[in-house]
Amino acid sequence: MAYEPLTISGSRIPNTIRRDAWWRTPVLVFIGFSTFIVYSTWAAFQGEHYTFGPYLSPFYSPELFGTSSHAWFGIRPGFWPDWFPYSPAFLILWAPAGFRLTCYYYRGAYYKAFWADPPACAVSEPRKNYRGENSFPLIIQNIHRYMLYVAMGFIVFLSWDAILGFNFDGKFGIGVGSLVLMINVVLLAGYTFGCHSLRHLVGGALDQISKSPTRQCAWKGVTCLNKKHQMWAWLSLFWVGFTDVYVRLCSMGIWTDFRIL
Amino acid sequence: MAETNFKIWRGDADGGDFQEYSTEVTEGMVVLDAVHQIQAESANDLACRWNCKAGKCGSCSAEVNGVPKLMCMTRLNDLPLDQGVNIQPMKTFPVIKDLTCDVSWNYRVKKRIKPFKPRKPDNEDGTWNINQDDIDRVQEFRKCIECFLCQDVCHVLREHQLHEEFIGPRALVYTAALEMHPLDTEDRLEDLKKADGIGYCNITKCCTHVCPEEITITDNAIIPLKERVVDRFYDPLVRLFNKLFGS
Ligand code: SF4
Ligand code: SF4
Ligand code: FES
Ligand code: FES
Repeated sequence: MAYEPLTISGSRIPNTIRRDAWWRTPVLVFIGFSTFIVYSTWAAFQGEHYTFGPYLSPFYSPELFGTSSHAWFGIRPGFWPDWFPYSPAFLILWAPAGFRLTCYYYRGAYYKAFWADPPACAVSEPRKNYRGENSFPLIIQNIHRYMLYVAMGFIVFLSWDAILGFNFDGKFGIGVGSLVLMINVVLLAGYTFGCHSLRHLVGGALDQISKSPTRQCAWKGVTCLNKKHQMWAWLSLFWVGFTDVYVRLCSMGIWTDFRIL
Repeated sequence: MAETNFKIWRGDADGGDFQEYSTEVTEGMVVLDAVHQIQAESANDLACRWNCKAGKCGSCSAEVNGVPKLMCMTRLNDLPLDQGVNIQPMKTFPVIKDLTCDVSWNYRVKKRIKPFKPRKPDNEDGTWNINQDDIDRVQEFRKCIECFLCQDVCHVLREHQLHEEFIGPRALVYTAALEMHPLDTEDRLEDLKKADGIGYCNITKCCTHVCPEEITITDNAIIPLKERVVDRFYDPLVRLFNKLFGS
């Protein structure tokens, strides 16, 4: 049976008779994401001012190859072409970017804000064709859990950076930057450990979850974070960007890192 | 107490248009009250479905100011009455007359879903033991009143009319209630991927936003089902693990 839609409000684009500010959320999401993408790309290309004292910017962590004392293996990887600018961020930023890009919450949000698929609920779309995540290319979103595994590794590295942020030349100290790094890892962990894929993997896949008390406990924990996944997603996105700004401006001498202890 | 303008869509499968009516709105009225009042005062032949007037039968679904709503649960004092009120039938289903539409497609889709298949009874008297925690997880899905507002708002059906390829959020909630049930032994994952087209859902959560029963459709039903489909069809590691350890 063919289903003809009931076209009621003429050919206005977008076609809706909603009277509320339905465009507000997608516009805010568009602005929020665009700002972050532009800033993080710019910051990744800088290749300098990413450390200050014991602090390392999360955009550059782990620093596999680089010039700072945080670097693991050397200054520049051998395979990197000479003609292409190098920044330690290039080696690692794909991971958090891929994790967020394939995140269930972000997917729903950017399909609306960037693709107008739909622009908002009960608002008509500019395109006729639709394949969703049922076929290439968006079927690739199903790799999200693999991005999660990588992202969990990053939580370990960033936690270590946060601990090192209290080490001022071998002595324990607290600077405002130490707290900025610490909050960063807490927010990122809140986001990562509330992931829908993690929720499934730790216990959601089981129909009789009560038979595995440890997994049930883990599932409850992830579920608790998952309920506010959107909030964690935005807070952690904002704060990870702010952490880079903080380290950068301190390193450039524009901001002063006040010592609390 | 104020005279308020209503624009109600009047017509049938061959077409129609909004007609203007005016009626007095008094304290505590919901949209369905206004529709009934208009029916009594000036449009005796206006067709609308309703039954319980308590948000429990799921009959009075329509679109109020462009948003899918139960008319009996939408209070007029929550709407900007100075601009008038727009009421139209659900857009996703073929209209029968005025505010009523033919939602039978939903029942046909539901019949396609493999039914509940419980494991053998745990006890000699033919009963089962279920842990409360296990059943709590699917309890939420049973609140569904089949109002089909979620189906109406879902852009896969509403905009793209992929009714043949995608079963829609209501049917996915129903599938989740069966698939995640602690006693159920049926396997619906292949159907979910192929015939039910779960991949068409792009998790935009419009279904969750309109559900009058506040079922967390996307997060608790659709995404967990999508993850199960990933286990079976897209994740080589889980497949290997299941092969080795036979889960
Ligand atoms: S989340 Fe999926 S099922 Fe729900 S309205 Fe959006 S596309 Fe449709
Ligand atoms: S899931 Fe919610 S919106 Fe959808 S039919 Fe059931 S009660 Fe209505
Ligand atoms: S669903 Fe958002 S991080 Fe996995
Ligand atoms: S009349 Fe029953 S839900 Fe509105």
